[in-house]
Amino acid sequence: MSESQTLSPSPGFADSSAGPRGTKPRRVISRRNIFIYGTLMLVALYYLLPLYVMIVTSLKGMPEIRLGNIFAPPVEITFEPWVKAWSEACTGLNCDGLSRGFWNSVRITVPSVVLSILIASVNGYALANWRFKGADFFFTILIFGAFIPYQVMIYPIVIMLREIGLYGSLWGLVLVHSIFGMPILTLLFRNYFTSLPEELFKAARVDGAGFWGIYFRIMVPMSLPIFVVAMILQVTGIWNDFLFGVVYTKPDVYPMTVQLNNIVNSVQGVKEYNVNMAATLLTGLVPLIIYFVSGKLFVRGIAAGAVKG
Amino acid sequence: MDPSISIKNLCLSFGSVEVLNDLNLDVKEGEFLVLLGSSGCGKSTLLNCIAGLLDITDGQIFISNKNVTWEEPSDRGIGMVFQSYALYPQMTVAGNLSFGLKNAGVPKAEIEERVARAADVLQIEPLLKRKPGQLSGGQRQRVAIGRALVRDVEVFLFDEPLSNLDAKLRADLRVEIKQLHQRLRNTMIYVTHDQIEAMTLADRIAIMRDGKILQLASSNEIYNRPANKYVAEFIGSPTMNFFEGTIESGTTLKLANDGPSFSLSGYEFIDPAAVNGAAWFGIRPEHIASGTEAEKSPIQLEGEVELVEPLGSDTLARVNTSGSLIWIRMDGQAKVVSGDKVLIGFDPERANLFDKSTEKRL
Repeated sequence: MSESQTLSPSPGFADSSAGPRGTKPRRVISRRNIFIYGTLMLVALYYLLPLYVMIVTSLKGMPEIRLGNIFAPPVEITFEPWVKAWSEACTGLNCDGLSRGFWNSVRITVPSVVLSILIASVNGYALANWRFKGADFFFTILIFGAFIPYQVMIYPIVIMLREIGLYGSLWGLVLVHSIFGMPILTLLFRNYFTSLPEELFKAARVDGAGFWGIYFRIMVPMSLPIFVVAMILQVTGIWNDFLFGVVYTKPDVYPMTVQLNNIVNSVQGVKEYNVNMAATLLTGLVPLIIYFVSGKLFVRGIAAGAVKG
Repeated sequence: MDPSISIKNLCLSFGSVEVLNDLNLDVKEGEFLVLLGSSGCGKSTLLNCIAGLLDITDGQIFISNKNVTWEEPSDRGIGMVFQSYALYPQMTVAGNLSFGLKNAGVPKAEIEERVARAADVLQIEPLLKRKPGQLSGGQRQRVAIGRALVRDVEVFLFDEPLSNLDAKLRADLRVEIKQLHQRLRNTMIYVTHDQIEAMTLADRIAIMRDGKILQLASSNEIYNRPANKYVAEFIGSPTMNFFEGTIESGTTLKLANDGPSFSLSGYEFIDPAAVNGAAWFGIRPEHIASGTEAEKSPIQLEGEVELVEPLGSDTLARVNTSGSLIWIRMDGQAKVVSGDKVLIGFDPERANLFDKSTEKRL
């Protein structure tokens, strides 16, 4: 080999520096890329079009809507429908708009989320780390609960709430949401706590920490990501709930979704499409904001929790 | 002297699976005991039972003459170091060290003093304000040892503490643990599957298999006089060479497959009266001589080198002698290539004989 370097190179390896070297270049506009990006754009358009129509319509006045060009941008932008949806739209005798439903929903969602996450995380922790007698049986029952259709339980719960005097009240609905969130949240927390190294738990026991000490000082600080996931699940689930809201509450404590339905489906008078669109967007805003805000937190939480052994 | 740890008739089963069965063990005060065995032999389980992290099915555990069978782990006077370090990731090193003391309600001034002392012993003072995620593997394990150290306990339990480290660091920390033991003179129980760690650290080694202790003895004894064939095979690398044979009239061994016969004079039998019958003849690779050395040995065999593994300090060779393959350890400078014909020889004094059916030492 060393000899060939001093001789003139053989014709097959005429100039070794001219051959391929380094990263293989890729064409930006290839058939593959066109296909992928084309499909993605088409799907995005398909999903965004209804949203576009809603936003555009909510910014138009009624005369403009009657022209029938639903895709056309508003000639004259007006926020009147938004104001009306929030504070003036009528449901039955009340004419104070969606704001009442919004605050009802807040008062239902916040305690439900806090209560269900608190209980479920302790449940999951106990199931994952303190293998008490009958833990598997308890867990099986809990998981089984996740597969029972809600409709089956509606009437028994009505009776139960009536007996304990919470039927029709806001706290009754909070209780129902907390109970129905339990199976899936417990499963979520149990699986997460099981994935944490068992030796941490053992070390904490040797260090003399008890059930609550380990939970609050060791487990919770390591579990920010799963708490965020549970929060996203619960906030969106409870905020979007319609069925329980309509069954277990009375008109003055109706959640936002139920009130939205009553506004949009009211039969008397003219159909105010712009107000309906604005009301719908307002109702959907909360889950949307949760997704945007906690999505970032979620990623950061995962990164912060990643301390490898 | 009273034993520091005493385990009496310990049984543990998970459902119908018996992991430990009627296990008895006494550990002297200040002793370094290593539990050695392949994975699944029950050594970590035994350690967890001593720590109180597993509920035992039957038996008793005494630590410092106190029956701790029903005590919580934190009340047993033990400190434990885990394989994965198990440092609390959200606390600083100082927080990790003081967590146990805070739980025990130790006054703040004393906590600081004890943490400082442990940090000094382990030379981790510059790390006290860092989080475990910012430490290297060796530093993390040192902090984990420190967490056991601050608790001022009589007994240290190590659960494969060096298995997650690379080879160089492992050797360094091994030395440090040995020095720590020489300085503190605490009782230590150390679980490992690494025989080098076991041999170098232990005052006594307990070799475990299927939840039983097969032999409990010093490194020297285990290496030179293994109690049975499993122990003989488990300790030593490359593993001991075995020949099948039959002992005739208590003094001669006839190798199987019409191999040669030779006298066993010089071998110390446990019970010279009852040694006839089929047996395993075991000899370690380093006790086999080759070349001119072999000519002086009482027993000599002809063979052909099949494979050579140079290790630098010495050279391992696999030799084929009349159908059986044996490993021999030669000098690092030995010039040997596969295909060479060699004369090998050994002395029955260095050999190990095991009963063919019970596999117990003869």
